[in-house]
Amino acid sequence: MMVIDAPEIAKVCKPGQFVMIRVNETGERFPLTIGDFDREKGTITIVFQEVGKSTMLLGSLGKGDEILDFVGPLGKPSPTDKKYGTVVAIGGGCGSAIVFPVARAFKEAGNFLITINGARSMDLLLYRNEMEEISDETYETTDDGSCGVHGFVTTVLSDLISQGRQIDLVFAVGPVPMMKFVSKTTEAKKIPTLVSLNSIMVDGTGMCGACRVNVGGQMKFTCVDGPEFDGHQVDFDELMGRLNAYLEQEAISEKQWVEEHGGTA
Amino acid sequence: MSEETGQTTTKKRERPPPTKKVPMPEQDPILRGKNFQEVALGYTAEQAVEEANKCLHCRNPKCISGCPVEVDIKEFIELIREKKFMEAALKIKETNSLPAICGRVCPQETQCEAPCIYGIRNEPIAVGRLERFVADYARAHGEPLPKLPKKNGKKIAVIGSGPAGLTCAGDLIKLGYDVTIFEAFHKPGGVLIYGIPEFRLPKEIVTAEVEYLERIGVEIKYNHVIGKIRTVVELMNEDGYDAVFLGTGAGAPNFMRIPGMNLVTVFSANEFLTRVNLMKAYEFPKYDTPVRIGNRVAVIGGGNVAMDAARTSLRLGAEEVIIVYRRSRDELPARLEEVHHAEEEGVQFRLLTNPTEVIGNERGEVIGMQCIKMELGEPDDSGRARPIPIEGSEFIMDVDTVIVAIGNSPNPIIPQTTPGLEVTRWGTIVIDEETGMTTLPGVFAGGDIVTGAATVISAMGAGKRAARGIHKYIFDE
Repeated sequence: MMVIDAPEIAKVCKPGQFVMIRVNETGERFPLTIGDFDREKGTITIVFQEVGKSTMLLGSLGKGDEILDFVGPLGKPSPTDKKYGTVVAIGGGCGSAIVFPVARAFKEAGNFLITINGARSMDLLLYRNEMEEISDETYETTDDGSCGVHGFVTTVLSDLISQGRQIDLVFAVGPVPMMKFVSKTTEAKKIPTLVSLNSIMVDGTGMCGACRVNVGGQMKFTCVDGPEFDGHQVDFDELMGRLNAYLEQEAISEKQWVEEHGGTA
Repeated sequence: MSEETGQTTTKKRERPPPTKKVPMPEQDPILRGKNFQEVALGYTAEQAVEEANKCLHCRNPKCISGCPVEVDIKEFIELIREKKFMEAALKIKETNSLPAICGRVCPQETQCEAPCIYGIRNEPIAVGRLERFVADYARAHGEPLPKLPKKNGKKIAVIGSGPAGLTCAGDLIKLGYDVTIFEAFHKPGGVLIYGIPEFRLPKEIVTAEVEYLERIGVEIKYNHVIGKIRTVVELMNEDGYDAVFLGTGAGAPNFMRIPGMNLVTVFSANEFLTRVNLMKAYEFPKYDTPVRIGNRVAVIGGGNVAMDAARTSLRLGAEEVIIVYRRSRDELPARLEEVHHAEEEGVQFRLLTNPTEVIGNERGEVIGMQCIKMELGEPDDSGRARPIPIEGSEFIMDVDTVIVAIGNSPNPIIPQTTPGLEVTRWGTIVIDEETGMTTLPGVFAGGDIVTGAATVISAMGAGKRAARGIHKYIFDE
């Protein structure tokens, strides 16, 4: 987790939007969804997992260091200004950090808020207290059973649905398979489901098309048309394939970084 | 010209054979196909003077009317003839803020060189090569800054630092305005930086031209996506800008409506070129941004961008690069010089061919492209012969990478966030042709965001027109 001084962006950003980051002169541009923001202090919070060279480079920065380029706020905000009724907000892993400000906005708009916070194990669960504070009902799940429900976020979601609970909107952010199965879980009952996609981007402003995704048979750009889409319409398998496009090159970059800086991953 | 070829009679004055332009030295095609250094090497001083000496110094020169930014061509060529190279550069800079760029990427053959009177019988005077020579000379020898008028107290926001924005900013600063350019990327230049490759337009030249503008007072704010961090309305109402110029370009890449466009090794030319040019993917892993290039690359499209993508693919190590274009050679929208350079370097052309499907494997990688052969029919709305598919002529092209270079649509961010800004059904911004003003008072626009994808120089012409429009708007009211 990192708190960045970016007063101009903090002044106007809304939950669900993202920033493009380039850490240094040789760095790549990559998107991170805005975790939280403080308009008074002029700060943006970003939460990320060190999964490759660029996030390791970002993670190597300490207090007072500068990020060379920090562009935003990009993408469309989450539709949080509306009262739906009951909203289930689901975060998987780092996704919880993105879900938190959106969930809070849903709550502030007068919705009954249920949160499901999932991770592989207890130590990877984020924003536990914060989620609890803003939720009318909160659940935690871990793949290994070290905390909360032993299972996936969909385990809890299926239970809620089979209990016949009225759910008006599901909002899910996390790894692609998680968002895919959440969308599958809500499809039968036609519960509106929003997912926030983490496509590969180069510019983040609609110019390159690297982030294109198939939504209901139509080509959409995650950066300008999203990042949130109807989960029932998204072709998750295609998205997965496109996210894996540079695995080989990512491994080369990561290996080089680890050799030069020692293993941090 | 038939009289020239026949035997002349004794009475007729002997005329020398038509002359050609002094050739410009170029890198060897085989060598340059493997590097990113500039292809054309530019004139020496002797070559420039030799070429300039041919100029007829016409009483009514036609060349100037062919220049969208009104360069005093006759005068600057005269100065070259007198070996006053620095003065020649300053003469150009009076009306053209970016001569080193124009000298390289302008289609002179359809502009200043087309109406050249000397060119009626000979190859026209090589205006572009001469412009390039003096601009490079001035940069190398440290050009003095022009005298600027006193500040007039008005400030203008220019959105986008591409050719339209830079020209507009340069003209306004010379009129005494405070000018701030807002650029979405971390580097200035727009298409000059992310689009046009290093081997055609070295980035240090773009940087130098922009630095010149900064030295005469233009301020550039990077990483500012207008419409997101600030809106046009906020710039005018809250931040105190007296006028805004929108030069945001034709940002959004078009794809074909055929299956397979979302495969992993299908790229828009924008993505491919941005990775390579702006993010320097050709130096991966020194630079972190990678680019995937296969052995057999198909580039769909026949414009300058398609040529750039094809030639870049070769330089990245592709064994075979094929331009796939649905019309014939005569209709290729690219400059002849670009087509010629691409061919020299080994790019192949599959003309009268249109893709119908890109085929992928289970990992989403391209393993082939189905195409159909085309024939030309009657001219369509654009005046070009309409390509018609030949039934039953489908075949599969063996490729592993596809680059789509079939044009761009306007970026929607500003129109979406600027109420009252009228756009056409194609998403381009509607302007008054004379002043460049949009339907919002004080908001002007020019370049690809108005015309759809066009050339660097037409965008510069639009920037110039808008600067004049802004000046009139502010001081004639």
